[in-house]
Amino acid sequence: MDFKGSDTLPGPRTEDHLPHTAQAAVKIVIVGGFGVGKTTMVGSVSEIKPLTTEETMTQAGIGIDDNYGSESKTATTVAMDFGRISITDQLVLYLFGTPGQERFWFLWNGLFEGALGAVVLVDTRRLEVSFDVMGRLEERGVPFVVAVNSFPDAPRYPISELRAALDLPEEVPIVECDARRRASSRDVLMTLMRFLHSLAVMGSAR
Amino acid sequence: MTPPRRQRRYPQQEPLPPAPGKRGEEKNPERLYVVAGADEDGSRAALDLVTLIVARAEPPPSATPEQAALLRLCTSPLSVAELSAYLNLPFSAVTVLITELLTAELVQARAPIVRQAVPDRSLLEAVMHGLQRL
Repeated sequence: MDFKGSDTLPGPRTEDHLPHTAQAAVKIVIVGGFGVGKTTMVGSVSEIKPLTTEETMTQAGIGIDDNYGSESKTATTVAMDFGRISITDQLVLYLFGTPGQERFWFLWNGLFEGALGAVVLVDTRRLEVSFDVMGRLEERGVPFVVAVNSFPDAPRYPISELRAALDLPEEVPIVECDARRRASSRDVLMTLMRFLHSLAVMGSAR
Repeated sequence: MTPPRRQRRYPQQEPLPPAPGKRGEEKNPERLYVVAGADEDGSRAALDLVTLIVARAEPPPSATPEQAALLRLCTSPLSVAELSAYLNLPFSAVTVLITELLTAELVQARAPIVRQAVPDRSLLEAVMHGLQRL
């Protein structure tokens, strides 16, 4: 193994240490096709420089990235970028940007099962790459909102048309965003949280 | 706007984890357990990506280099995901290391708060409040 030993290992910068009072964490998953801006969104709201966790597969990842070169198709390591937001001295929020292919999700225990909810990030130039992931989230009962990353050269559609094309019920929020901007990405997360809150209110009223 | 169009899906009756027997057919990737050691009975602690790990002691002389590095990293709480990133080890390998350290009572694990059928509103409100301050 290529473990390099402790002397050269980087660790968190002093200012990146969590307080000892940090008792528990929650997570939100940002999911979408390759190049749609998942890591950008994680990076724009994270208080730490985004980090990468990896998992190793015993088989080659065939067809991971439809629009990329063949070198990635023989990779046996799958990477997932993530960031962190301290909510209180006791509570920490982690954001994971993950590819849409479900076969990756099994590599990390409970990635979606334990998540508060998910943000499906879409690019209107390639709307269809997000279809499968939305279906899988629906099947798993993971609540999600849709964020349209507004690339400058991407076609703009009214939300109602997007809702029809995505066959999403009225209550599922669809918002436009600029994943590069912290305020915009934060608003997407707030939209998700308000949606989860409305589900909670409905759930407890039942 | 012309198609593509999607068709909505609905929660499945069956809970999600894939049947173990189907693994081969479905080509779900297997994890590689790179860092060997302990784990004789095949059981690992249920560690989530966001379980917070805190060292309870200095690395003992008997600690392996990997264990010592992990213990030094989590003198203040760090998630399993962050430990995986800083140690440059796959998630599954880090969970094996942490399980060894939990067994030896050298680290403490603080479990994450996971989604409930009926979510905890005060938790959601706390997260919203925290996001608003960003």
